[in-house]
Amino acid sequence: MADGIVTLTSSTFDETVAGSSTPVLVDFWAEWCGPCKQIAPILSEIASEQAGKITIAKLNVDDHGDIAGRYNVMSIPTMLVFKDGEIVNKIVGAKSKTALLQDLAPVLD
Amino acid sequence: MSNARNTIIIGSGPAGLTAAIYAARASLAPLVIEGEPSSTSDQPGGQLMLTTEVENFPGWPEGIQGPELMMKFKEQAARFGAEFITEKVTKVDFSQRPFTVWVREQEYKADSVIVATGAQSLMLDLPRESELIGHGVSTCATCDGFFFRGHEIAVVGGGDSAIEEATFLTKFASKVHLIVRRDALRASRIMQQRALENPKIEIVWNSQVTALHGDSSLSGVTLTKTDGSTQELPVTGLFIAIGHKPNTGVFTGVLEMEDSGYLMTRAGSTYTNVEGIFACGDVQDHTYRQAITAAGSGCMAAIDCERWLENQH
Repeated sequence: MADGIVTLTSSTFDETVAGSSTPVLVDFWAEWCGPCKQIAPILSEIASEQAGKITIAKLNVDDHGDIAGRYNVMSIPTMLVFKDGEIVNKIVGAKSKTALLQDLAPVLD
Repeated sequence: MSNARNTIIIGSGPAGLTAAIYAARASLAPLVIEGEPSSTSDQPGGQLMLTTEVENFPGWPEGIQGPELMMKFKEQAARFGAEFITEKVTKVDFSQRPFTVWVREQEYKADSVIVATGAQSLMLDLPRESELIGHGVSTCATCDGFFFRGHEIAVVGGGDSAIEEATFLTKFASKVHLIVRRDALRASRIMQQRALENPKIEIVWNSQVTALHGDSSLSGVTLTKTDGSTQELPVTGLFIAIGHKPNTGVFTGVLEMEDSGYLMTRAGSTYTNVEGIFACGDVQDHTYRQAITAAGSGCMAAIDCERWLENQH
């Protein structure tokens, strides 16, 4: 776990998402995706600033395509926000920190 | 006494970042307002953020990934003292000095501004296009390519970018139709060769996409040929790589530009029609549009800017 971000795999996905007491944002990304890299530092900042209120996790779609397929992830980056194991928001495409925090406001309060 | 900065640089592609390196080394302490993350080509790092391998930028004989190259540009600028804000400029006032640049309500003032806002992908402007973006229609092969594993898809365009995207997509797709408007590609010879030799790429000449089909996601497109006949292609992915338009919306009515939106600069320099405002990179170049030419003009802008500032004192 680097800079407060949880790295998920196909085998740890379900237990981490279902077992979390805080909302979980899962970032679906890949090495060759530029926009995914753009939001990486933003997600690190959010992870440390909002620690305890939300868990930021990442799933590499190259290595764990089955999970991406399960949630019909068509474009990356896609961020799925889970609360109590259910999807409460789906954010597609890179965006600014301000816009992202706005999207997360409902689960951060 | 002004609390204005020496220089603000708007944009952070090869042009903006090279201008930042030179301006920083000239002790101008530039502020780079680098743009907002997004999945189009209008974001920090510029158009190369959406590519994979860059093989024609001098200095990297084995090639380098686009995002990695831009990270190095940024590191270099930061090393010499350039400051960065990851925001998008929303408004400007170049009618008086010092100039004012806004990010929403936040105001920034500077004695000079270097505009390096680049360009973003052109769209086909077909019905249903915007609702199908992210649902089969894309302008970013590296973002969306993986989803099309085993699918039959199409790429529209005949330049280097289109062929690069098509080639990258053959890693995932079962077949890539390259839709070319005329009977020739305008790409470099080496890229044309690659397209012709790739068994998964089928070039469809003299055709344009004229309709998009599908409910919640793309299921096919209609092609209209130059002879008027039509053809249906049952593709589930359509990647648009037909070129770019300059990001100059915020400068409308402020800086002189061509009908196409490209900023006009004095021949052989980066001077715009407003003294103290300089333009570099794709925002003022529709002829060359390469990372290296953008970087070169970014250097010119910083030098033009530094010399102009000297002459003000």
